[in-house]
Order: sequence, then structure tokens, then C-alpha cells
Amino acid sequence: MAGPLAATAEPATERGRRRRRPRSAWLGWLFALPAVVVYLTFVIRPLLLTVQYSFYDWNGIGAATWIGLDNYVRLFTDSELSATILHAFELILFFSFVPVLLGLAVAATIRQIAQSRLALVARTVLFLPQVIPLVAAGIMWTWLLSTTGLVNQLLSAIGLGSLTRAWLGDFDTALPAVGVIGAWVQIGLCTLLLLAGMSKIDNSLYEAARLDGAGPLREFRSITLPGLRQEIGVCVTVTVISALASFDIIYVSTQGGPGNATMVPGLEIYYLAFAEREVGMASALAVALTVLVLLCVLPIQRLTRDGTR
Amino acid sequence: MIVTRRETLTGRVLLVLLMVLTVLPFVSLFVTALHPSGTYPDGLSWPSSPQWGNFVDAFQAANMERLLLSSALIVLGVVPVSIVFGTMAGFAFGHLRMPGHRLGFLVFVLGLTLPFEGLITPLYYQVRDMGLLNTRWAIILPLIGLFMPFSVLWMRAHFVTMPDELSEAARIDGANTWQLFWRVHVPLARPALTSLGILLFLWTWNQFLLAIVLVDDPAKRTMAGALGAFQGQWGTDIPLLCAGSLLILTPTLAIFLIFQRRFVAALLQGSLKG
Repeated sequence: MAGPLAATAEPATERGRRRRRPRSAWLGWLFALPAVVVYLTFVIRPLLLTVQYSFYDWNGIGAATWIGLDNYVRLFTDSELSATILHAFELILFFSFVPVLLGLAVAATIRQIAQSRLALVARTVLFLPQVIPLVAAGIMWTWLLSTTGLVNQLLSAIGLGSLTRAWLGDFDTALPAVGVIGAWVQIGLCTLLLLAGMSKIDNSLYEAARLDGAGPLREFRSITLPGLRQEIGVCVTVTVISALASFDIIYVSTQGGPGNATMVPGLEIYYLAFAEREVGMASALAVALTVLVLLCVLPIQRLTRDGTR
Repeated sequence: MIVTRRETLTGRVLLVLLMVLTVLPFVSLFVTALHPSGTYPDGLSWPSSPQWGNFVDAFQAANMERLLLSSALIVLGVVPVSIVFGTMAGFAFGHLRMPGHRLGFLVFVLGLTLPFEGLITPLYYQVRDMGLLNTRWAIILPLIGLFMPFSVLWMRAHFVTMPDELSEAARIDGANTWQLFWRVHVPLARPALTSLGILLFLWTWNQFLLAIVLVDDPAKRTMAGALGAFQGQWGTDIPLLCAGSLLILTPTLAIFLIFQRRFVAALLQGSLKG
């Protein structure tokens, strides 16, 4: 592999003759050095420090006290803290399941018109929620879901006026309402990703299925779904991360309220570290969140990458 | 191909529905922005006398020209450096393949899924100790590091596909590794570089968490961070808030619409590789 690279323009020196790999084989690390330095400084170092902080009781100013695993114990016993993790899982339903399932349904339905002008326009339009800041999506939907907002207006218009409420201010509906915002952001991306995946599936497979008399459902189950393994994996990965690590949308729409009804790990870390000055506890939650993301993402990657490439 | 007309019709209807669902929030935002400031209009109603002046008020209230400048400075600080560092490392891991390149790359891949919230607390103290709190550097430097896993991964994926023969030929012509990189490989990597640039621009411009934690002054933040502050300040004046949000969205939307094809392609590829 390094064969051709060994033949550098440098004249063979004493050292070069002695070893199979000349000095220049290591030159690659010089190229990688700037990236490695910034990565170590701003990702790996903070990551290790988070782990370290999580074993201490520290208010960010005074001296820190080693308390071992106490922060982690509190994480599992304090119902307020463990609730944030449950909320994050509930959000997966909206941020991930809904967009992926709806995306699959829509993409399968519009597969045949994927080349039409309408679909070209749709490619741009459906990407709008991905391009704007999540904060903007949050502000927009806070207004839509408010008492006088469009959602209630539409409900009244179709005779469901009794359902209207301040969706984000109600203990029962706040978390699903936040979930709807996330679903709105993700559905376009999922649809387009899956559609792009479908366009890679050999058309003759569909032709054959049609000749054999397969209906759209059968076709979807036997051809589309297996062919989309990788794309589905990507959609699920991206959306699950966005659910577990959600922050922006909730920060602007509910601030975790009402009560703690929409408090998620990301927001709780922010409050603990920068408002309540419980740096150790915030760090323990941060470690838990990071591990949780890895635990969710790795199996998905395993499942969907195997055998596809 | 055997396609029934009923199927294409359902497809069209569904697609239009989905587009309406996507666009409706923007429309609601726009018509609300035209209502007299301070009122509580209905979600979707055309005002009797559209207040176009709201946009002017919001422009001044949000300090738009300073925000644009600030975001532009941050993007200029983050994107070119990230691209250069990422490309060099991607070239090393994907093409030079020095001893230990597998392990090195694996360490970068590990960083790919780390949620920013998991790093923000130590980052705050680190940036404070560097004396950079409340400056744009507080956003720029960490972002370069945080974007590095993706940049390296992205560029490596490109360089892996480049044939070794290409480099051999250049070496025979007397190019050293540095020249080989800049004169041969970088020009050939232009499509990958453009897509990376678009993604990094978008992620920087829309970065919120770092902006609110590390910089107090909204005028030194990214667009998204400034929008958060704008909401805090004008949250009760719905028409003005809507007008301000639209204004803050306009630059991204404009750039997106101009480069839409590249954007869509970059975002699709970006999520596939990420």
C-alpha cells in the first residue's frame, strides 16, 4: 500500500537504505497535524474533562470535592433528572419514527414521479426546514401552536374547536407538541434521502414484480424496503441523534416547561452548569447523554451497514 | 414502465400536501409580520392594512447590519480553516496512508456523533482560561475542532477514491508531497470541497448552543444565537418577532435558493456520509 509513496523524489540517504519504509512514510502525520491538534484541544480534551468533572462536586468557582459516583447515583435516583432521559426517548418517537415512517410512505408513493417538475420543486421546498436554524423553527412553531395560532385556527375551522389549547403550555401536550416541531424539521430530509435511495434500485425489479401481478404494497415490502437498508439506517441515525441531543427547539419554545414537562438532557446540562452552578452533576449527565447516543447509534450502524457494502 | 394513473395522481397529491405543510409555517410567519406591532392576530389572516414598516423596525431593533457582519466574520473564521485542515488530514488518511493511519482515523470517527452538550461545560472553562470569552474567537476556535471529525471523514472519503497512479505520475515528474497535494489533488477535489464548504457554512451560521453559552453580546454571535436573544427581548410583540425572525432567515434562504442544487446535493451526501 505504501509502495508507490516510498518512491519519493528525495535521493536515497543512509537511513533510507536501512529501513524498508523511509522517513517520508511518516510525512502523512505532518499533514494530519493541524487537524489532530484542534481536534485534541477542542474535542478530546473537553471530553476527558467532562468525565473528570463528573466525579466531583464543583460550583465552578471554589474548590472541587471528589465524590466518586455520587453524581451518577443521583442521576438514577433523582426522578427529575432521570425524567429528562425518558423525555429524550419519547422525543425519538416524534423526531425519528414519525419522519422515517412518513418519509417511507411518501417516497414510495411518489417514486414514479420522481423525475417530474413537481418533484424537482419539492426537492428545494422540502429542504427549507433543514436550512433554517432550529431556533427559527422553534420560534415559528411557538407562534403556530400558541392560543391564537394557526393550529388552533384550523382546528376551529373544521369543528374541533373544543380541542384548542395552548399546546406548548399544557402539561399533557407540551412534549408531543415539541415533538411535532422536530418531525416537521426532519420529514423533508428523510423523504428526500429515501427517495434518492429508491432511485438507485434497479427498475427492472419493479417491472418484473408488476408482471408477476404484485400490488404496490407487496412491491414495497419485497423490493423497496430491502433496497433501502442503508438509507433507512442513515435517516434513523441522524434523527435519533437530533432527538437525544435536542436543545435549540426546546430552549426557544418551552425552556423545558411547563414545570419540567419538556426538560431534556441537553437543556438540563445547560441549566445545571450555567444557572445552578452544579458543574459535576451537569458533567455526569453529559457523560450519560454521550454514552446514550453512542449506545443508540452503534447498533443502528451495525444493522444497516452489514452486507450492503 | 407499468404505472397506473391513479398511483401518479396519489403521488402528486401527497407531494403537494407535504409541500404545503412545509411552507405553511413560513406563510403564517410572513402574514403575521404584517399586522400592527403589539397586536395578537389570528394565525393566518391578511391584515386590513399591511404594516411593511415592521420589517424596518425589526431591522433596527435586531441590529441587522451588525449581526450580518458578525455572522460573516465567524463563518470566515471557521470555514476556510476547517476546509484546509480537514482536507490535509483527509489526504493523509485517505491517500498517504502513513503508519497508524487506521487508528488515527478511527479516533476522528469517534468524535462524529458526540453531542455538543456533552462538551460544552469544559469548553466554557477552557475558553475562559484562554481569555476568549465574549469574543468571536470563543465560537470560531471550538467550532473548527468540533467540525474536524466530519471534515476529515468527508475529505478522506474523496481521497480514498483517487487512484495511486495519479500520484505516482506526479512524483515521476518531480513533485514532492506538498506540491502533489496542492497542485494535483486539491484542484481535483473541488466538488467535494464545495459541498463541504456549504455544509460548514450552514452549520456555523445556525450554531446556537456555543453562541449562547460562550458569548453574551448578541452582536458578536452567530445568526441563530442572535435570533435567540431577539426572541428574549421582543418575544411578547408577536408581529415584530415574526418580522425579525424572517429578516434573520432571509440571508440563509437567499443563499439556499441561489445555490439550491449544490445545497440539496451536499445535504443529501452529507447525511449519507455523516
